[in-house]
Amino acid sequence: MEALLASLLHPLLPNVDWTEIGYASLDTLSMLGGSLLFTLLLGLPLGVLLFLSGPRQLFAQPALYGLLSLLANVLRSVPFVILLILMIPLTVLLTGTSLGVAGAIPPLVVGATPFFARLVETALREVDRGIIEATQAMGASTWQIITRALLPEALPGILAAITVTAITLVSYTAMSGLIGGGGLGDLAVRYGYQRYQPDVMAVTVVLLLVLVQILQNTGDKLVVHFSRK
Amino acid sequence: MIEFQRVHKTYPVNGRDISALQPTDLHIARGEVFGLIGHSGAGKSTLLRLINRLEEPSGGRIIVDGIDVTALNPEGLRQFRQQAGMIFQHFNLLAAKTVAANIALPLKLAGKLSASQIAARVEALLARVGLTEHANKYPAQLSGGQKQRVGIARALATEPKILLCDEATSALDPQTTASVLQLLAEINRELNLTIVLITHEMDVIRRVCDRVAVMDGGVIVEQGPVAQVFLHPQHPTTRNFVLESEQVDEDGQRDDFAHVAGRILRLTFQGEATYAPLLGSVARQTGVDYSILAGRIDRIKDTPYGQLTLALTGGDVEAALACFVAADVHLEVLR
Repeated sequence: MEALLASLLHPLLPNVDWTEIGYASLDTLSMLGGSLLFTLLLGLPLGVLLFLSGPRQLFAQPALYGLLSLLANVLRSVPFVILLILMIPLTVLLTGTSLGVAGAIPPLVVGATPFFARLVETALREVDRGIIEATQAMGASTWQIITRALLPEALPGILAAITVTAITLVSYTAMSGLIGGGGLGDLAVRYGYQRYQPDVMAVTVVLLLVLVQILQNTGDKLVVHFSRK
Repeated sequence: MIEFQRVHKTYPVNGRDISALQPTDLHIARGEVFGLIGHSGAGKSTLLRLINRLEEPSGGRIIVDGIDVTALNPEGLRQFRQQAGMIFQHFNLLAAKTVAANIALPLKLAGKLSASQIAARVEALLARVGLTEHANKYPAQLSGGQKQRVGIARALATEPKILLCDEATSALDPQTTASVLQLLAEINRELNLTIVLITHEMDVIRRVCDRVAVMDGGVIVEQGPVAQVFLHPQHPTTRNFVLESEQVDEDGQRDDFAHVAGRILRLTFQGEATYAPLLGSVARQTGVDYSILAGRIDRIKDTPYGQLTLALTGGDVEAALACFVAADVHLEVLR
């Protein structure tokens, strides 16, 4: 079946090495999975902290909020391509290498975490203040307010934030080819651009497009499933 | 049950302190329905939130059932709040949780009951508020009145001693308001629950409250039993609320009465006297003729009352006035 498909596609896409495409796709998926996991683990608490310490919120802490906010803005304003290079020493410290999938994940996480944290903050702000007040009036602790009321109520918004972040990460992974990160984006640059093989470019673009579509559709379905309004 | 001792509250606004509640003393008795009425910004919402310290007092002491609420540490405050239910104008239900899960929430937060005990309690509460068949719906699928019933069931889940109602019927239509107020009166009676409610509608006060305090500009300007405050308002703010609720145009009425001959008086009946055939017998005894200029016969909570404005002509008017006074009717001579 595979051989048949390859022989049919060969005249159309003469330069495409399907094995390499397969490896590149796996690299993209592992970079996406790994970086998304750490982005969620770091970004969710950071987003909650940004929300809670914000003006007129449960734990309004102007100094802390100012600091976190500044940090998030600085990281978000550094173009990802630059961040990749700036991060190299730290990446080597964390993973032992600045190359490949392992070398790409730290800069991806650092690039996406502030972005995701801001989206989480916004999703939490959408929760009706009355719900926080009602939960307080029930005698809930701050931890209970966050885990039993705020996060469940903001779940659709947080799922939408995860979707947007995952898609942003897909486009970031394409850039990590620059530092030898691997993946479909890397393939597109090396073969499609540097070796003038437009068929490789087209195949990687189509695969990235399919990946983004799958992410968006899954995200949308989850948002609808958990929306009760 | 609830005691305010020189409690006051100020907010810093642009570097200056704005007073939301002037130093206030207040006593609310166990088992009564106490109403606070005032326009928005009068301080009633602040006063209500001071009771469970959703607002921190700037000074004074608040004592609820022997506990000095103002002295509680965070953990103590959490315990106290579990004994003080609260319902809200916009219900504040969790949209992501079912009706049953909303009602179970305070019990889960308190963490004192097992899952099966919580389920049994939720079932009983659903039955009390008449929502048994809606247990697995989400708040968005309910009408306003049903949402407030869920709010009430949720507030009662921890078997509190007091229930704080923040404009609980202001977002509801008149019919739904009546049924929610009836439910509140029922719980007050059956559970001997102390209820404090705030509203800007005199009608809400008239239907369920035992006593009322009228607020204006962060001060309680008048308080007392509802019948007394409602039928004999002293403060201009109170008079306005009463006139609003009765839809009486006082100035227009005065102009109309200018063309009427004779003495004009207002009689206020309460309780059984409301239904006594007084006017006819006084007219026969004293030979006066009466015409009714304005009137209203209604109930304040469970007590019937009537208020009539009469013009008396001919016969012995003074004797007629004496008869009314002798019959224990409150008499005001308007002209």
